[in-house]
Amino acid sequence: MNGPHDLGGQMGFGPVAPEKNEPVFHAGWEKRALGITLCCDALGAWTIDESRHSMEGIPPAAYLAASYYEKWIRGLHILLERHGFATRDELLSGHKQRDDLRSRNILKPEMVADMLASGPSQRAVDTPPLFSTGQRVRTRILHPTTHTRLPRYARGKTGMVDAIQGSYVFPDTNAHGKGENPQWLYTVVFDAVELWGSDSDPSSSVSIDAWESYLEQF
Amino acid sequence: MPENDHSQSHSHEHENQYSDMQVRVKALETLLIEKKLIDPAAIEAIIDTYETKVGPRNGATVVAKAWNDTSYAAWLKRDATAAIASLGFGEQQGERMRAVFNTPDTHNLIVCTLCSCYPWAVLGLPPVWYKSAAYRSQAVLAPRQVLAEFGLALPEGKKIRVWDSTAELRYLVVPERPAGTEGMDEAELASLVTRDAMIGTAVVTRPGASA
Repeated sequence: MNGPHDLGGQMGFGPVAPEKNEPVFHAGWEKRALGITLCCDALGAWTIDESRHSMEGIPPAAYLAASYYEKWIRGLHILLERHGFATRDELLSGHKQRDDLRSRNILKPEMVADMLASGPSQRAVDTPPLFSTGQRVRTRILHPTTHTRLPRYARGKTGMVDAIQGSYVFPDTNAHGKGENPQWLYTVVFDAVELWGSDSDPSSSVSIDAWESYLEQF
Repeated sequence: MPENDHSQSHSHEHENQYSDMQVRVKALETLLIEKKLIDPAAIEAIIDTYETKVGPRNGATVVAKAWNDTSYAAWLKRDATAAIASLGFGEQQGERMRAVFNTPDTHNLIVCTLCSCYPWAVLGLPPVWYKSAAYRSQAVLAPRQVLAEFGLALPEGKKIRVWDSTAELRYLVVPERPAGTEGMDEAELASLVTRDAMIGTAVVTRPGASA
C-alpha cells in the first residue's frame, strides 16, 4: 500500500541528527515492548509480512509522530485483536475479560536463542529464474492497496540485475493469508539519475531487492 | 480496504491510549500474562540478549577477520551467511547476509526505507537515527548529504552505492582497512571498527588519525 511507511525520497523531516553515544533503549517501556512483541510473534498466529503490514496501516499522522517501539505496539494491538487474542476493551482496559482457550506453546526463556536464530523465508521454486545477472529490467508500476515491498520511488524504473539472491516467500500475498507463493529474488540497481532525474548525483546508485513479479523485461 | 477502520471512527479514544507508553505497555504486558500468552522470563531473556550479548562487536569481529585473512574475506564475499555463522553469530538457519565491501572506488550505505530492517545478529538493535523518517527518506535520495551530517566527506568522484533492504537479505558493510594498521592483531583491528562504519555512515580510521 502507498502508506506513510514508504518514505524513500520524501522530504521535510529535517536533519538525521544522530545522537552521540546513544543507549540501546531510551526507556524501560521500550525494553518491554521489544520483548512482548517478539513473544507474541512467537505465538505463530501471523507472519512477519502481516506484522509489517499492520504498521503500514497506522494512520499517517500517527505513524510519523510515533517512535519505533510505539509503532510496534500499535501494530501489535491490531494483530492481537484481529487474531482473537484480545478484544478492544481488554486492550484499552488492560484487564482480562475472558480466557484464551486455544492451547498454545508460548515462548519460554530457553527457546529464545533458537527463536532469534530462526531464519527467513527461503523456499524452493521449481522454475528457473526469469532474469539473469547483468540483465536490464524494468520494475512494474503497481499501486496495490495491500502489502508490497516495492517502494514507490523504484516503480517503473529501469535498472540492472546485480545478483540473483535465491527464492523466498512472497510478502505481497503472505501478508494477507493468501499463501507463500515463493518467487526468485533479485538485487536490482538503479542509477540515481534514473530514480531522481538529471539533476541528481551521477556517481550514486541505489539497489532494491525485488521479487520476480515486480520486474519485467526491458 | 484499510484493515484498521476502527481507528478512524474511534480515533480520539484510540489516540489517547498512546499518550503514555509506559502505562500502555505495562497494561499490555499485564493483560498478556493474565491470558497466559507470554512468559515474562522470556521477555527478560530477549532484553538480556540485546543488552549484553548481541551487538556491533559481532560485526567488528567479522570485519577484522576479513581484513586479516584474505580467504575469509573471499568466503565472506561469496557466502556471507555461512562465513558469519562460522564465527558463532548470525544464525545456523541463516539470517541471509550479504557483505558489501568498500573500495577506493565505491562507498556503500545501507538503509531500509520501508521499515527498519537491520542485521540484528551482527550489529544488535538499530540506532534511532537509522529508523528515523529523516534517514529512511534521505539515504536513497541524497546520500552524500546524509554522510556529511555524520561528518563524512567522501573524496570527489567516489561512487556511493546505497542498498535498500526491501527483502529478507541483511547487509553488512566491510569498511576499508585504514593505513598504519599492519601490525595489529584481529582483536585490535576489531576495536577500531564502529557500528556506523558497518552501516556506511562512517569510515574506520586508525587511532590518532583524523577522519
